[in-house]
Amino acid sequence: MLPYLFKRLLLMVPLLLGITLISFVVIHLAPGEPTDLQTQLNPEVSAELQQRLRAQYDLDQPLMVQYGKWLGRLVRLDFGDSFSQDRRPVTAKIAERLPVTILINVLSIGLILVVAVPIGILSAVRRNSHFDRLTTVFVFVGFATPSFWLALLLMDVLGVRYGLFPIVGLKSLGYDYLSWSGRVFDMAHHLVLPVFVSAFGGLAGFSRYMRANMLEVIRQDYILTARAKGLTEKAVICKHALRNALLPVITILGLSVPGLIGGSVIFETIFAIPGMGKLFYDGVMMRDYPLIMGILVIGAVLTLVGNLLADLGYALADPRIRHS
Amino acid sequence: MNSLNNRIGLFAGLLVLCCLWLVCGCDRRDDNLAGQGKTGPPTAGDTLIIGSGADAVTLLPVLASDGTSGDINGLVYDGLVRYDKDLNIEGELAERWDISPDNLTLTFHLRQGVRWHDGAPFTAEDVLFTYRLLVDPNTPTAYAERYRQVATAEVLDAHTFRVRYLKPLATALISWAFPIHPRHLLEGVEIIKSPLASHPVGTGPYRFVAWQRGEKIVLEANPDYFEGPPYIQRVLYRVIPDPSTMFLEMQSGGLDYMGLTPLQYAMQTDTPAFRRRFRKYHYPAFAYTYLGYNLRRPIFQDKRVRQALSFAIDKQEIIDGVLLGFGQVARGPYKPGSWAHNPEVQQYPYDPQRARTLLAEAGWQDSDGDGVLDRNGQPLAFTIVTNQGNDQRIKAGEIIQRRLSEVGVKVKLRVIEWAAFLKEFINPGNFDATILGWSGGIDPDVYNVWHSSKTGPGELNFIAFHNAEVDQLLEAGRRTFDQGERKRAYDQFQEILAEEQPYTFLYVPESLPVVAARFRGIEPAPAGIMHNFTRWYVPAEEQKYSR
Repeated sequence: MLPYLFKRLLLMVPLLLGITLISFVVIHLAPGEPTDLQTQLNPEVSAELQQRLRAQYDLDQPLMVQYGKWLGRLVRLDFGDSFSQDRRPVTAKIAERLPVTILINVLSIGLILVVAVPIGILSAVRRNSHFDRLTTVFVFVGFATPSFWLALLLMDVLGVRYGLFPIVGLKSLGYDYLSWSGRVFDMAHHLVLPVFVSAFGGLAGFSRYMRANMLEVIRQDYILTARAKGLTEKAVICKHALRNALLPVITILGLSVPGLIGGSVIFETIFAIPGMGKLFYDGVMMRDYPLIMGILVIGAVLTLVGNLLADLGYALADPRIRHS
Repeated sequence: MNSLNNRIGLFAGLLVLCCLWLVCGCDRRDDNLAGQGKTGPPTAGDTLIIGSGADAVTLLPVLASDGTSGDINGLVYDGLVRYDKDLNIEGELAERWDISPDNLTLTFHLRQGVRWHDGAPFTAEDVLFTYRLLVDPNTPTAYAERYRQVATAEVLDAHTFRVRYLKPLATALISWAFPIHPRHLLEGVEIIKSPLASHPVGTGPYRFVAWQRGEKIVLEANPDYFEGPPYIQRVLYRVIPDPSTMFLEMQSGGLDYMGLTPLQYAMQTDTPAFRRRFRKYHYPAFAYTYLGYNLRRPIFQDKRVRQALSFAIDKQEIIDGVLLGFGQVARGPYKPGSWAHNPEVQQYPYDPQRARTLLAEAGWQDSDGDGVLDRNGQPLAFTIVTNQGNDQRIKAGEIIQRRLSEVGVKVKLRVIEWAAFLKEFINPGNFDATILGWSGGIDPDVYNVWHSSKTGPGELNFIAFHNAEVDQLLEAGRRTFDQGERKRAYDQFQEILAEEQPYTFLYVPESLPVVAARFRGIEPAPAGIMHNFTRWYVPAEEQKYSR
């Protein structure tokens, strides 16, 4: 096991280098530069000033030199300073956005699991029943509903008309004056709509996946054996079938690890939640190269680690893989 | 995306207008209910919560170039001078100033007893420091150009500051509206590392309290403000990127001030309940949108063709369709009603017949009967390019496309992402025609946009307009301080533009702010409504927030 782990980790290094090199070149291929926002179509800026600004960001140097400098900093785990006018460290910018995004993503994946797994199992067990058809329609409606539309509708009805939920951000204006429990409640209250909306669209994929797995497993010989032993249907499904049907879920969870730090621009924009999606989008629009690269590197590392974890988890959960 | 709007001579502190950009509507009955019935005496207290589409970037004015940062810096910092409600220049930190007879020397006499928010006294040394900061090659600022015209800057005594120019510059005085930075906090510090970028210290009517990035910025009234403390005790900027969400939040009571879109103004705010709780305002923005012709292209070199295109485009239709009526036809580069505006110029009402006649005179005929005019086998066809993210421009382009096809001109419309749009099309002059807008310019000096020396790559006369008389008029207009003389030069400049039609001027959009009804003392003026913000108040019995 250990040599395998070591080999996998070692292989990640050239892979990561390749990813960063390609990302770096590609984002520099896009027309436009970080200084454009300040200097383009601005009558106050002369050509000489433009050159000076470019030099301050090293933009006047060859691409490979810029990459080398960036890589040199990365090795020391320094993502550099953002190219936006505030020039703050990239790590600080990511650090202030990350907790919110992770919180919402964890909650929404949790909600998806809690709802989609039972739906998938029941649909499989009662295949072609009314329940199966109804939930199928429900999850596909969820899948097809544009999240921005659903969000605005819920905000208008539940937020403005009935005043049940706050519609903007994650904290009330008076948050700082609340007690500890008041703060938790306030945040939870704000989280209801965003988490519901972000989970709603994800139900379909997961529940269909679960249903297909379950159907696959139920047909196996060992389920027939279990039934032949005279086990109750509950025991057959919950103990024997479910465990095996859940195996591929590990893969999906592994693959969603990088998704934890990625937010959705549309969703964050509508709920006015300062998360990673908006940060990345704004970074791209401003051609804030260090910020873009910082987020991409974190995403790449998490993807690689997620894959590794999924493989390891698989091995732990399934003796057939462990022994082969 | 609005921060991408094209700019003309603007200062962060004067940007208030530009951020209320989201233009227009059509119910004009309830617009000016600003009188607002009974009002109690002005009392201090309450909070104004402003909805902002984007977070501030940096609160150090010398580095900031976005609208939100400009708004906040405008409340925290002061300049030496400012525009008053009628857009005349008045003193702010400068009590008065002298201009030497040769227009080369400006001497500012500064207010005594003004203190920075941390208690340190404000002196002429701060002004000199700000000037040095602006022209320091190590300061990554977009504002250096105007201050590099200064030959010498000196402190005469603690409250007198003098600058000398090599050539007279009409915009010299208003350039000192730039926020003055505190020397005692910035001297010897690497400017891009200064903590003031996230915790500003100014002399203005509001003091900085807190900034939760991506969420809100809190300011509180400065009790020691030299014009007396403002009535509104706190100002809170809330960042809400989506205009629909912002509008919902306004309706649910979480905001007191926002800029409406034309659709919101016209269609969604016309209920008795809304009118009871909010007051809507509309006034022309300092901006205009135009269709510019690349004069390097042979088809546009004939003035009659450009005039014909202007006659063939129905501007009012664009205003009604795109801005829902909240705008007015633009006839030149200056805002109607401003002192430099010349209303007497040649006009181009919608007149397709005249357009056809002019095109025929220029030799364009439909000889092959395909519905498109041609000359020597060349069809009269061109492509309009504009930038992605500005729906108003794209819609205007579609309307223009249809109108021009009616007179036999074939137009294609291309929409391109902003950075690529500038880099591949505008800067190298690689386009036929473009729909763009200029915003922010209060002073009529538009030398950089129209002078023939400004046609290089990346410069602003990207349509390559060359006119010796215009060059000379623009030169004259920026070298004298006398408003009458300047007006004469600019009037003539506008006549030439109207005749030549290098742009078809389309429309001047309107700013459409809405304010909660409890706020009193709002006086709409040519400068907008924020000019007397420190005098706004909420009567004691209507105050909503106590802290």
